[in-house]
Amino acid sequence: MQITDADRRILRQLQAEPTLTNAELAERAGTNTATCARRLERMREGGIYLGQRAVIDWAKLGYEVEVSLRVSLDKTVPRAFDEFMEQARKIPEVVELQTFLGQVDVRLSVLARDMKHYQQLYRSKILTLPHIADIEALMQVAEIKSSRGLPL
Amino acid sequence: MSFQPDEIDFAILRALSKDATISAGALGRRLDLSQPATWRRIRRLEQEGIIAGRRVALDAEALGFGVTVFLGIKLATKGRVSLDDFERAIAAIPEVQSVQHVLGLYDYRVRVVARDIADFERVLRRRMMSLPGVGNIEANVLLSEEQLPGPLQ
Repeated sequence: MQITDADRRILRQLQAEPTLTNAELAERAGTNTATCARRLERMREGGIYLGQRAVIDWAKLGYEVEVSLRVSLDKTVPRAFDEFMEQARKIPEVVELQTFLGQVDVRLSVLARDMKHYQQLYRSKILTLPHIADIEALMQVAEIKSSRGLPL
Repeated sequence: MSFQPDEIDFAILRALSKDATISAGALGRRLDLSQPATWRRIRRLEQEGIIAGRRVALDAEALGFGVTVFLGIKLATKGRVSLDDFERAIAAIPEVQSVQHVLGLYDYRVRVVARDIADFERVLRRRMMSLPGVGNIEANVLLSEEQLPGPLQ
């Protein structure tokens, strides 16, 4: 699907302020309401605009601790990767699962209410995941930027 | 925490974290709740800051951003460089999608999006390596990513 500069302008404005009404969005993107709505719809159908997701502040729900776990898997086991991912997905406190090229194989973002809860999770749910060769933890101190926006 | 969300609130959060544009009426029908009652609950979750905002989901690859890289950055001269200056400078780079201050092997974990590996190299060399106080940088290219609903029950 071909994307034009006008499309990019719309997405840029929408990214900056997702709650804009169609009229406000059109105005900021320098177009009219009908064109703006049509372009957005076209990008939705084309699978470029995937919708909007609510951002949850986990700390406000009592999850004060966020740890990023970098896991290397035992590559001598053929299904290590699939089996690990399958089990990791079942842990409710895991909010993100990423795979990498490079030194790290898999990264999990894990939420916990406090350090005691984290320790308990780490022992009972994380360390029991299959085929872990090595694991390193990075604890989040602060989130400086989290827009996740694209430089359109 | 004074406000304790109940099961229905969690169901609302689960639904909105998949699609934040759903109307209170449509969401209410799904949960067997009236439109005003649903609206009040959403409003409460927003007021409490539990719903912190919305994020537009775009297909990065379809828009020409084929590469996502995570950097682990270690600062070289701690104490001498101002963390505020470093954070402000790195957050201002358009290709930087997120910055986390972390404790562990690195000081910062940074998510960078680029058109391709050559474009990433340009961002790394021109923008990142010239930042004040940057020491060691480790880069890992993202292959796949899954967002999970999290402990919403």
